[in-house]
Amino acid sequence: MSKYRNNPEAIQALVRPGEVHKDLYVDAELFELEMERLFANTWVYVGHASQVPQPGDYTTTTVGTEPVVMVRHSDRSVRVLVNRCPHKGVQVAGGTCGNTGKFFRCPYHAWTFKTDGSLLSLPLRKGYENTGFEHCEASQGMATAGAVHVYRDFVFCRLAPQGISFGDFFGGSLSTIDNMVDRSPEGRLEVAGGVLRYMHPCNWKMLVDNQTDTCHPMVAHESSAGTAVAVWNRAPEGTPKPMAVEQFAPFMSPYEFFEKMGIRVWDNGHGHTGVADSIHAAYSPVPGYWEQMVAAYGEERAQAILGDVRHNTVYFPNIMVKGPIQTLRVFKPVAVDRTLVESWTFRLVGAPDLLLERTCMYNRLINAPTSVVGHDDLEMYERAQQALKARGRDWMNVARLLEPGEADAPEAVVNGTSERQMRNQFQAWARFMTSEASA
Amino acid sequence: MNAATVDSTALTERELVQFVYREASLLDQARYAEWLELFADDGMYWMPLSPGQTDAKLHTSLMHEDKLLLGIRIERLAGARTYSQQPPSRCHHLLQQPEVLSRDDEAGQYQLRTSFHYIETRKDDQFLLAGWATHDLVRVQGALRIALKRVDLLNCDAAFGNICLFP
Repeated sequence: MSKYRNNPEAIQALVRPGEVHKDLYVDAELFELEMERLFANTWVYVGHASQVPQPGDYTTTTVGTEPVVMVRHSDRSVRVLVNRCPHKGVQVAGGTCGNTGKFFRCPYHAWTFKTDGSLLSLPLRKGYENTGFEHCEASQGMATAGAVHVYRDFVFCRLAPQGISFGDFFGGSLSTIDNMVDRSPEGRLEVAGGVLRYMHPCNWKMLVDNQTDTCHPMVAHESSAGTAVAVWNRAPEGTPKPMAVEQFAPFMSPYEFFEKMGIRVWDNGHGHTGVADSIHAAYSPVPGYWEQMVAAYGEERAQAILGDVRHNTVYFPNIMVKGPIQTLRVFKPVAVDRTLVESWTFRLVGAPDLLLERTCMYNRLINAPTSVVGHDDLEMYERAQQALKARGRDWMNVARLLEPGEADAPEAVVNGTSERQMRNQFQAWARFMTSEASA
Repeated sequence: MNAATVDSTALTERELVQFVYREASLLDQARYAEWLELFADDGMYWMPLSPGQTDAKLHTSLMHEDKLLLGIRIERLAGARTYSQQPPSRCHHLLQQPEVLSRDDEAGQYQLRTSFHYIETRKDDQFLLAGWATHDLVRVQGALRIALKRVDLLNCDAAFGNICLFP
């Protein structure tokens, strides 16, 4: 019995001004509808153009649960194809990445496809004459994303052929990507340092919610960051502060610090913590980097770029970007109670290696399956995933610092401990879950 | 140090191998403070993220920790508010006979390779990791210490759930 599929009002009713219904996290039908609608109607991150520098280079990933391959086409544009042979349904591009040359070749029956997905050839073609093959779906080759947009080498796609434009969807939020790229003296990033993959037995939205939850670090991470601070405080006086302690310690900042750092929200569910300050603001300078930035941009502009220390930027629906430490996390939905978290890092092209070293260290200490900070968070997600099924309390609360009429003002800067960005995400969720509901 | 003292303190293969067994045994018994004492002051524990990884700085690892970070990890395990370790994880190392890859008695430097199966469990979940450990050992004031324990997991690039202890 379908509860939500043909009932957009029921979906809208799950999101109230200050609370959301538990079904968003535990209901399998809603998850299915998210994959069909939310992840088809929004612009979803696919990968970075530096992963496919040459024609034929490809990398495989998922958009929602849709298997896709991102490939550099012969005209050098980046294409996103559904990674499924139209013949028998076999995954065409294997492994995680490689170079396929001028075409993809399905390993099952040797059907071949150009890197734009169109059918190039198939063995024994004569056997398809007068069969009506040209009217079959298979003659159209591999399916493609509805639209692809590459913004400063960040590749996004919208699976649906029609819908909101890239610019309208992201609006001012692209300034976080701008800031991360501008931190390279050459204005260019490269994927570097490997990717951490961490499986979470919880709903993907718990991770997205967590990114702008500034009331949890000093509580949930007391065990990890708090212990790091305690151990460090016992070090002999005059010991130089290690980079790792510099990275752990700000998690233990008091509520006032997070209140003052601020949260900015944009329309369509995007937003970031760390408007005026952030946990990334007080890292030691890297020798030579400032001089490179001044040479590239001039002192005033360099100051503006490096002074923008945004903490976590959520690009709705499922990525988070940290400009000052050059990381990007993808929260890949696998099932209603299963999420693959990928944490990627970037080299600021032309900048000193020490910046990449710092970025890799941060990724390892905070985002790895071996990370004590990760363990703190995952314990909470797991407990929530289990306990949300309980009866007697059916709503999750997001009312902190709710202001009347805030839903009518899509862009705002507010107190850093507000749950405004979570509410922003849920409003966008309801919108993109129901806007194409009749389709 | 002259040649005579080197000879008199040269370690037998059995002593080297027993050191590796004891290191795993301390972890299996959750005697973490004693385990940490096996590391030299500048000792490192390294668990790479990629097969054959050579760079621990410009490439991310699962773990690359000095004694300070290992100490934080160990102190955290027993923390009153370490909810992810209530109840605690437990581990077990099943080791193949360690192989002495190289030895330099004069310098007091030794390298051993040990294949292992590692089990970690918490609550009702249990998982198995397989791989090999490479121990770079040094003699410090007559005692063996770990300069580097490198843990190569067979599936180091897989999507893992929590790994809470020390393979």
